[in-house]
Amino acid sequence: MTALPAHTDKKLGLAIDLDTCVGCNACVTACKGWNDQSHGLSDQDPYGAAPSGAFLNRVHSYQIEKPDGSAMVVNMPRSCLHCEDAPCVTVCPTGASYKRAEDGIVLVNEDACIGCGLCAWACPYGARELDLAAGVMKKCTLCVDRIYSDDLPEEDRIPACVRTCPTGARHFGDFADPDSTVSRLSAARGGIALMPDLGTKPVNRYLPPRPKDTLQASPLAPFLDIQTTGFAGWLDRILGKI
Amino acid sequence: MHPAPSVIVFTVLSGLGFGFLAFLSAGLVPVQGWGAFALWGLGVGLAVAGLVASTFHLGHPERALLAFTQWRTSWLSREACVAVLTLLWLVPEGLGQWLGFGWPPVWGWIGAALCLLTVLCTAMIYAQLQTVPRWNLWTTPATFLAFALAGGALMAGFWQGLPALAALMLVGWHLGDGAFAARAQDMGTATGLGPLGKVRVLEQPHSHPNYVMREMIHLVGRKHAQKLRVIALTLAALVPLALMLALPAHPATLAAATLAHLAGALAQRWLFFAEAEHVVGLYYGARA
Repeated sequence: MTALPAHTDKKLGLAIDLDTCVGCNACVTACKGWNDQSHGLSDQDPYGAAPSGAFLNRVHSYQIEKPDGSAMVVNMPRSCLHCEDAPCVTVCPTGASYKRAEDGIVLVNEDACIGCGLCAWACPYGARELDLAAGVMKKCTLCVDRIYSDDLPEEDRIPACVRTCPTGARHFGDFADPDSTVSRLSAARGGIALMPDLGTKPVNRYLPPRPKDTLQASPLAPFLDIQTTGFAGWLDRILGKI
Repeated sequence: MHPAPSVIVFTVLSGLGFGFLAFLSAGLVPVQGWGAFALWGLGVGLAVAGLVASTFHLGHPERALLAFTQWRTSWLSREACVAVLTLLWLVPEGLGQWLGFGWPPVWGWIGAALCLLTVLCTAMIYAQLQTVPRWNLWTTPATFLAFALAGGALMAGFWQGLPALAALMLVGWHLGDGAFAARAQDMGTATGLGPLGKVRVLEQPHSHPNYVMREMIHLVGRKHAQKLRVIALTLAALVPLALMLALPAHPATLAAATLAHLAGALAQRWLFFAEAEHVVGLYYGARA
């Protein structure tokens, strides 16, 4: 129940490429659409003045001021990291929150959830949102109802956010397998764990933006020293002498 | 954190109730017969009213019995179990004092210890959260226990717990003010982008506050925090202390001192929630 498994056979999770993500929010809508239709994910006043609702994935946009003073924009999708030491699971008083021993996915049994909200307080990453219509906690399931589905075509047996990402910024796989795509990507790109000091041992990894080349001078520099010829050159010389 | 009235009432009333019951159970209030009935009724009433209030913010209170199942890992479940166990344990002790049949004193002492264990479990629901540095301190259980002991003692006619309570409130605020910075989490560690440079919010992920923001990024009222601290300290400890020392021991004195203490406790507990910052606020630039 709410005791964490000592060992999980797999560590399913996401590797999210912050170099490739363009912040289009397609993963947000795909996630909302799939989970709303399968289990319900309510909105309050969706077309009114103060729209609000439960989402399992949110895309932040950050501006980074680099040490040389130049700016950089990073789009960052934020969802459940399926932590190995998930504090949201152990605080649950009813046993509704649990981490699966077979694949490490952190889930909520909605029939046992009393909607106390303590798991959302325990999560450092804001990954859990209470569904105000259902009165129970919602979170990313890694699309557990897609990845093991026998009914869906093979290529659709991945989380909806991964399936829909138009830039291929989201990768799904088993971090316990060192040869999996996500493990190799994370190793090659120096995958980041969020707030590791809090001891949650997140499974998901963020692939940091690749280093870019730096402009040595203003991009307008070539246009500042135009050598004019012909009539324009003659006019330039005359005007310069006046 | 959002200072929800249900959790403020829950922690204050059940803390005071169990604190008073500890003194009754330990036999430190010389009372018998219908006087005992009235005081035990007051103690149990406060404790139960607090516990009932805690169910008001639940999405599915009808499933509350499930909260007694996960005591191995969950402080919230432990609190539920120990609270009910304590109330059941106190039944023969209360009946004994009311109806005047002898009961071994050790039973009452164990009952008093269970009362304090209940308050400790309540405090640990909050103190266990690493995500809220202000709560994740030894002062959280110490202050909850001090409120229960000093408040219970006050209702039993003793002023001696109030100076220690005042001192703990001050220590708790002092340590709490530096707790978030001591945790060394900022937008750089929250996003993992810190090594690249200074991280700022360019655009928020949604146009209207969501559950996470409403629940955990509470900013209203912090500007009056210093005034409220003075009010809380004055009402919870200083006014009752002055009343108890200046006026003769009379039920009216006790009632006035207890009501002042209760108002101060509510102010302190409001601050306990409203001033607490959750690390998730970093994603939204709440603490740049």
